[in-house]
Amino acid sequence: MSNILEISGVNKTFGGLHALSDVNLQIEEGETHAIIGPNGAGKSTLLNCCIGRLIPDSGSVTFDGNNMIGMAPHDINHAGMVRIFQTPEIFPDLTLLQNMMIPALAKRDGTFKFNPFKSLVGEKAILEEAHATLADFELDKFHDQLGGSISRGDKRRLELAMGIIQHPKLLLLDEPTAGMARHDTNRTIELLKSERMSNMTKVIIEHDMHVVFSLADRISVLVRGHIITTGTPEEIKNDPKVKEAYLGESEDE
Amino acid sequence: MDAILIQILNGLDKGGAYALIALGLTLTFGTLGVVNFAHGALFMMGAFCAVLFNKILTISKKVKDESITFFDAYKETPYLEIWWGDTGTAIIDYSVPLSIFFAIPVMLLVGVIMERGLIKHFYKREHADQILVTFGLAIVIQEIIRHFFGANPIPTPAPEIVSGSAAVGAFFGLNENLVYPWWRLIYLAFSLSIIAAVFAFLKFTTFGMVVRAGMADRETVELLGINVQKRFTVVFGIATVVAGLAGVMYAPILPPDYHMGMDFLVLSFVVVVVGGMGSLGGAVLAGFMLGLLQSFASMNEVKAILPGIDQIIIYLVAVVILLVRPRGLMGREGVFED
Amino acid sequence: MIKKILSSNPLIMLIFSAVVLSAPIWLTPLGANYPDLLQKFAIFGIFAIGYNILFGLTGYLSFGHATFLGIGSYTAVWSFKLLTMNILPAIILAMIVSGVFALVIGYLSLRRSGIYFSILTLAFAQMAYSLAYSVFTPITNGETGLQLSQQDPRVLDAMAGIAVTDGIPSTNLFGTLIKSMDGYFGFYVAAVMLIIAFYISLKIFRSPFGMKLRAIKSNQTRMKYTGFNTRPYLLTAFVISGMYAGLAGGLLASIDPLAGAERMQWTASGEVVLMTILGGVGTLIGPMLGATIIKYFENIFSALNDSELHNIFDFLPAGMQEFMVTVVSPFVGEGWHLTLGLVFMIVVIFLPGGIMQGLNNLFGFIKRLFGLGGSSSSAADTVSKGEAS
Repeated sequence: MSNILEISGVNKTFGGLHALSDVNLQIEEGETHAIIGPNGAGKSTLLNCCIGRLIPDSGSVTFDGNNMIGMAPHDINHAGMVRIFQTPEIFPDLTLLQNMMIPALAKRDGTFKFNPFKSLVGEKAILEEAHATLADFELDKFHDQLGGSISRGDKRRLELAMGIIQHPKLLLLDEPTAGMARHDTNRTIELLKSERMSNMTKVIIEHDMHVVFSLADRISVLVRGHIITTGTPEEIKNDPKVKEAYLGESEDE
Repeated sequence: MDAILIQILNGLDKGGAYALIALGLTLTFGTLGVVNFAHGALFMMGAFCAVLFNKILTISKKVKDESITFFDAYKETPYLEIWWGDTGTAIIDYSVPLSIFFAIPVMLLVGVIMERGLIKHFYKREHADQILVTFGLAIVIQEIIRHFFGANPIPTPAPEIVSGSAAVGAFFGLNENLVYPWWRLIYLAFSLSIIAAVFAFLKFTTFGMVVRAGMADRETVELLGINVQKRFTVVFGIATVVAGLAGVMYAPILPPDYHMGMDFLVLSFVVVVVGGMGSLGGAVLAGFMLGLLQSFASMNEVKAILPGIDQIIIYLVAVVILLVRPRGLMGREGVFED
Repeated sequence: MIKKILSSNPLIMLIFSAVVLSAPIWLTPLGANYPDLLQKFAIFGIFAIGYNILFGLTGYLSFGHATFLGIGSYTAVWSFKLLTMNILPAIILAMIVSGVFALVIGYLSLRRSGIYFSILTLAFAQMAYSLAYSVFTPITNGETGLQLSQQDPRVLDAMAGIAVTDGIPSTNLFGTLIKSMDGYFGFYVAAVMLIIAFYISLKIFRSPFGMKLRAIKSNQTRMKYTGFNTRPYLLTAFVISGMYAGLAGGLLASIDPLAGAERMQWTASGEVVLMTILGGVGTLIGPMLGATIIKYFENIFSALNDSELHNIFDFLPAGMQEFMVTVVSPFVGEGWHLTLGLVFMIVVIFLPGGIMQGLNNLFGFIKRLFGLGGSSSSAADTVSKGEAS
């Protein structure tokens, strides 16, 4: 299998703090790759370096054969890498249907398109796809409600749907189940395992080991800015280094 | 050389006023997180405190004019003169500096009412809403002042003894004939001491320390269990009083009229932005810097090369600073970056 | 029913045009049926509708849009002086020149967002205002303002053989004087422009482009990570609204061929913000409504004086009459701005959605009162938020 994302030698410091030191990571096409690690290990920083929110001090991020460093977030999106945020980032003042249309339009229109005389109602293909994706995520019944008015769990599923509708080559998920009740967590796991998403390449940052072991094909462990090991769930479970890293940390997991 | 000295003094003078207004504005930004478009109106109210106080002191009664003997003539004589003779006259003469003591409680009251009655409800609203509601308030204050004091500027003289000019030329070893109005020198000294007082207050009192901590990181301070909200009222009051004092003492320099606040508001916003939102030191530095720049831009030699530069220099600097260094001279990261 | 009508563009346009063009008739009972005022309604309606495309859709609060109005007026007057007294070239040029200025100012200002953006636009506006009074006096004629004179070249008119024999010529549209029909012709020209302007705004509101602008207002960060380069979107909205302002400025000059820098003062920019807020930010018809209401009451209130107040309260007993006059007089005449400021504050505090929100609440209330339909989403709601559904 070929690597779709290659992170090599990435360093990032904030002030004197080494958030990431010499991180190397390869994501294979089609796999679900989980990154785990204690709080403050640099997981979110790593994602931010991939999608253009942060620029690493050194190292390279290559996605689908192209260098991503220094690229604007919108260009990275069009390259096919889409991120789902930990705090749901949706459009609170738009209806759910519109929330879905925006990413669909991004896919079609590119980074900028001036079409003030086109009618929204006439966008049949986009509307259809938006409705269908909402339905897949059991949100279609809310389609004319405002994004800001639905529950937090629904918002997170909405954001997931907004990512999926763009058919990304790689989906980056930042703690997709954090703060969710067990019921919602299970629903999210099911969604991520569903036909529509199971073959999609995914990187998941997660604390919940139940989620990690239900989904991941491979797992990398990030501790204090270092990737200490990468392997299959079985390998990770039995790795003494991982145990040490987790047991050595505080109990705040 | 002579011209340059005068321009430096002019610039420092203007800069003093800008710094005082901007200081209050940035204090409100930094601690309360509120964009106050009515701040210029507070400066204007300060100036009108001087006017009002003068009017109160000169409440008069018709008294028979003894110097005219042909017929019964009457003249308006202030009660103060009737009661206390020369002492009364002296008090009236000193009405502007004395009105400081009148302005402080008045402005404090205005500030507290404004914060409790209006601003408080806008802490959680968008900046755009804050701008809009305070803009409306500024119009209201302005129109009320106009209703009572009319539309024309009201000359408010400084005390007789400092109405002349100081021989600054001789003092600096330059041209003997070079003079500068005393009152403007006093204003400069006054603004410097108010700035010093505000900084000392914030630096050396516990209250000030909490305020500074709140400016640096509001959430942490709230986590410490310190009730920041209650202190906001006081901070707003201080900002109001500082703006008011800047206005009181400015009255002899620029006869107050009802829309002087709007003119100063735009300028002081520019000052705050150039200094860096929420940076007290930045506001003072930028105030004096822009005052000086404006003075030098209005020199004939400069205008000959760059016509009209005196009119736009401040805005030009603001645009350049905002585009090149959006945080201003001394602003911190992340302040007011939506 | 209402929902259906409001979702159909041709029907909306039909109703809007009918209401605008019949304004001279239905405004008669309100005492607003004279061309001067009607023209103001239309022109400031255009200004506010355009401003709403920027502020209402993207949420970027510009405090400098009067600059573009002023530039439009200057351009139009120059077109009357140099080219022709026909207003069509003047209006087109006004829009183009304002658009160019908006492009430059917008490009620079939009490098920042939030309050920094507001202050940048304010700084540019103040610069333009100061320069109009100083360096650009040869173009703007400084404090006197730019005026026509009999000696102006008017190249196109001269070529067409139109000579001016006596006095200053009047503006026209292909030969029909703007002042003809007792001035109503001027109103109808402005009204047609308003209808076109409203139609374009309606199309933008209901286009993918318009929805993207609303999405930027809602969550700009999300927009960027969704694959949109937000800056060109914002700049386009800025330029469009600048051109609307230019059109309004050009129309003002077409009706009264004068241009002065006071039109560019930042308090004038504040006025258009006020109109938009009062009517309802981000709604289709709100800004137009706000502009009309403000201009209407400005006209009535600012003309009132104490003796007229005495007439109005004539029906009261003498003591009450005096009392009412004393209470009301600070709010009218010169004090009109006080009323305006108060109304503005009240709207921002209690009704951030403006009159449209008020109407919406009222509809909702009536519906609930009569138990019609359980849903609270009313017709006005659809216009303001759910354009796509």
